[in-house]
Amino acid sequence: MIVAALCSVATLLVLAPAGIALSMHARGSAVVYGASLVATLALCVIAALSLLDPAHPATATLPIGLPWLGAHFRLDALAAFFLAVVNLGGAAASLYALGYGRHEQSPGRVLPFFPAYLAGMNIVVLADDAFTFLVAWEFMSLTSWALVVSHHRERENVYAGYVYLLMASVGTLALLLAFGVLAGASGNYDFDSIRTADPTTTLAALVLLLTLFGAGSKAGLVPLHAWLPLAHPAAPSHVSALMSGVMTKVAVYGFVRIAFDLLGSPQWWWSIVVLGVAGPTATIGVLYALMQRDLKRVLAYSTIENIGIIFTGLGLALAFKAEGLDWVAALAFTAALLHVFNHALFKSLLFFGAGAVLNATGERDMEKLGGLIHRMPQTAVAMLVGCVAISALPPFNGFVSEWLTFQAILLSPQLPSWSLKLIVPAVGGLLALAAALAAACFVKAFGISFLGRARTPVAASAHETDAWSLAAMFILAALCLIAGVLPGLFIDALTPVSQAMVGRGMPDQSGLAWLTIVPIAESRSSYNGLLVFVFVTLSGSIAAFAIHRLASDRLRRAPAWDCGFPDPNPAIQYSASSFSQPIRRVFGGLVFRAREIGEMPPPGGMAPARLTVKMHDVIWDTLYAPIGNGIGFVTARINVLQFLTIRRYLSLVFVALITLLLVLTL
Amino acid sequence: MIRDLLSQGVQMLLVLLLAPLLTGFVRKVKARLLRRQGPPLLQPYLDLVRLARKDVVLADSASWLFRVIPYVIFAGTWVAASLVPTFGSGLLFSWTADLIAIIALLGSARFFLALAGMDVGTSFGGIGSSREVMIASLAEPAMLITVFAVAMIAGSTQLSTIAEFMGSAKVGLRVSLGLALVALTMVALAENARIPIDNPATHLELTMVHEAMVLEYSGRHLALIDLSSQLKLLLYTSLIACLFVPWGTAPPKASAVALVIGAVSYIGKLAAAGVLLAVFETSIAKMRVFRVPDFLGAALMLALLATLLRFVSGSL
Repeated sequence: MIVAALCSVATLLVLAPAGIALSMHARGSAVVYGASLVATLALCVIAALSLLDPAHPATATLPIGLPWLGAHFRLDALAAFFLAVVNLGGAAASLYALGYGRHEQSPGRVLPFFPAYLAGMNIVVLADDAFTFLVAWEFMSLTSWALVVSHHRERENVYAGYVYLLMASVGTLALLLAFGVLAGASGNYDFDSIRTADPTTTLAALVLLLTLFGAGSKAGLVPLHAWLPLAHPAAPSHVSALMSGVMTKVAVYGFVRIAFDLLGSPQWWWSIVVLGVAGPTATIGVLYALMQRDLKRVLAYSTIENIGIIFTGLGLALAFKAEGLDWVAALAFTAALLHVFNHALFKSLLFFGAGAVLNATGERDMEKLGGLIHRMPQTAVAMLVGCVAISALPPFNGFVSEWLTFQAILLSPQLPSWSLKLIVPAVGGLLALAAALAAACFVKAFGISFLGRARTPVAASAHETDAWSLAAMFILAALCLIAGVLPGLFIDALTPVSQAMVGRGMPDQSGLAWLTIVPIAESRSSYNGLLVFVFVTLSGSIAAFAIHRLASDRLRRAPAWDCGFPDPNPAIQYSASSFSQPIRRVFGGLVFRAREIGEMPPPGGMAPARLTVKMHDVIWDTLYAPIGNGIGFVTARINVLQFLTIRRYLSLVFVALITLLLVLTL
Repeated sequence: MIRDLLSQGVQMLLVLLLAPLLTGFVRKVKARLLRRQGPPLLQPYLDLVRLARKDVVLADSASWLFRVIPYVIFAGTWVAASLVPTFGSGLLFSWTADLIAIIALLGSARFFLALAGMDVGTSFGGIGSSREVMIASLAEPAMLITVFAVAMIAGSTQLSTIAEFMGSAKVGLRVSLGLALVALTMVALAENARIPIDNPATHLELTMVHEAMVLEYSGRHLALIDLSSQLKLLLYTSLIACLFVPWGTAPPKASAVALVIGAVSYIGKLAAAGVLLAVFETSIAKMRVFRVPDFLGAALMLALLATLLRFVSGSL
């Protein structure tokens, strides 16, 4: 099994240099993306098969890498699940790119890196020793950086790439240190010996914090998220989908692998750290998303929100596992993993839709779009499904995982520790707030870009996207519905993962009557997505049928009513900024230090009144800017050393030598 | 099984038939409180029939989504309303969706209503949608945390189980339940676009929220939207009745007598709620839009307090 997986990954790696040659060719992109599609689909099948047969994790060792270590690979339940997520997203992106990639201006900057990037993510998931893991992690970062700066003529993309490279390096450094501490003085870097080594409580805590920093910065946990909304939208859309939908999940994998698998039994207070970061991440992420005008940036910020939800589930699982409540830990852990899967589906779908819009209009700014539902009807349907699913509304899949998370939160009275008892409901409140704000955010995203009237000529003359892209979007949309309507099947597939990580799986779901999901007991809670879907469809159709038959089915077209003041100018419509103005007034003062300054002309003056809004990115201002300035200050001072005479350089060497000798003798 | 199915079917029809009556009753009582004659009690039914028979006048810029949304909203609200126990708690499909899922179903309905407001591309539609999502972004968490408080006391999010628990002697008098009741009532006022949040009776351009979103609807579409809001009012009334005044509600597998008692007491509770709502609405003024966050923020805090009190002591 693992040999087949490694062969597929090797195919992807071979495809990368081939991409350079093929990018000159007219059909090159079709070959590269087609081959990526085949390889990722093969990996999907392998992952699904090994998830069904989790008892025998396959291992392999290749004689590459460090000479005394070799490269270890292992395909256990956790790796299989994340392998499935990575390659499902990868396959969808490849299919989408078969159409979308044809419009690429500079294919030579995308084609070689795309399969390499996919291969990097796969190797991270398959790696079974720290060295392979870190090399693959860095490889994944670098290839995605290359894709972020592929449209390097735009200034902001280069800036985004710079910030991304910095943050990725710092994150990898944290992970490197974490593995260093884990391996200890003995220096055994394969995961098997790390697992058996028992670190002291202090060291384990240190590793957890480093992992949270390293994996969290890749996943986009607040306050380490600053690079994410810059870098994800800058890449071509199918790569944005991979970065947001899949690479953040690889980061989650890194956290789960270290915190749940390698570290051994958790301490209860770890979960406070994780929950304390995750809850605010969810709320702040979605608040930022609401304030954006750029469609792809909205999606990137909403990724931060969803990462917050996933880490909330993981934090809860840590808490319950530490307190020995395995059955609740299994519930929380399954909820988190299910959200990993769901988010990969709908976030990829939404980025594909945004890419189709970008392709059709050349615009990412929502205030220049509008009315696309008339010009791109099929894209609009797929986007609508994605928006409903990500807003956690039944009967789609986003709701199921949030519902499971809430069920785990409701069991917090079982926890013995007081601080957790109080923190968990507060996190629940933040999550509820995030869910409501997410719905607002996606009403805005869909409503402003797809509904209403076209605000610009490019939006009015947009065209429907190609069949490949539509196929990718509709497959993902269908999966969103299936996962929402038949969640029991997906929960059952996660049982082996949960068993391996928290020692227990959720009770068997697919055997229950009507395919209901019952996390604990039916008297406690249950949800049946299938019946909700059937009931809603039935009652809607009955109402439509009854009214059309019994009352009236006639319809006239007329100009809009608008309380008697219709205005043909599309500029009078609500814009993205005006839509979020009420929410900005409610939350903005606190989170963004937003100020609205209205300038009115004096009475009788003919000058127009002006309203300016000032918003601050508080985290950037208080955290990143001082660090950046500090580094700038120090480097400016050190810069002097570059312009010394040879005599001074030699004296510097002399002083350094003397100092070293003194240190040695003392 | 057959009994449960029957009781589920009766419930579905009952909520559909009673919803306009409740709205008519509230309007009548309000008019009487203002010393007006008021419209006949059955006026909402007549309005619905009249609207359903008229032609739909559709704006030129409306898309297919605009025409589908009334049915989606109606279906979501109706399904949600059929899952909240009214006269008896033994509903066949009560396990289909627990309280969190019911709230989320209403959330779906609202999501589509807000989209409908933006579809035609008028400024009033945008105003309505933008304010609606602002109100919802506070009301929904307040509602969910209230549910947390109640669910932690009852040990379940399943409405039928909660209703049984609240009817039993195990509950006792709890401070947290009182706080939850206040929070839920405040949320219910906001969600149903009642005074002081919104005024269902005016089309005053600058203050309307719900009415602004549905401004472009006419004919059968408007009838469905109106019926959905009436169902929503009934749903919230039933929910408050089922959680906080569960007396008289027939338990599962109840006798015919118990069912009749349940039905009579349910009608009585609806009437009492209608009178209270009318009195409240006539005695208070509508708020400015940007006062609403304070109002709902208070509801949110009350709900959080109710949840935390549960942790301070098991009996609070």
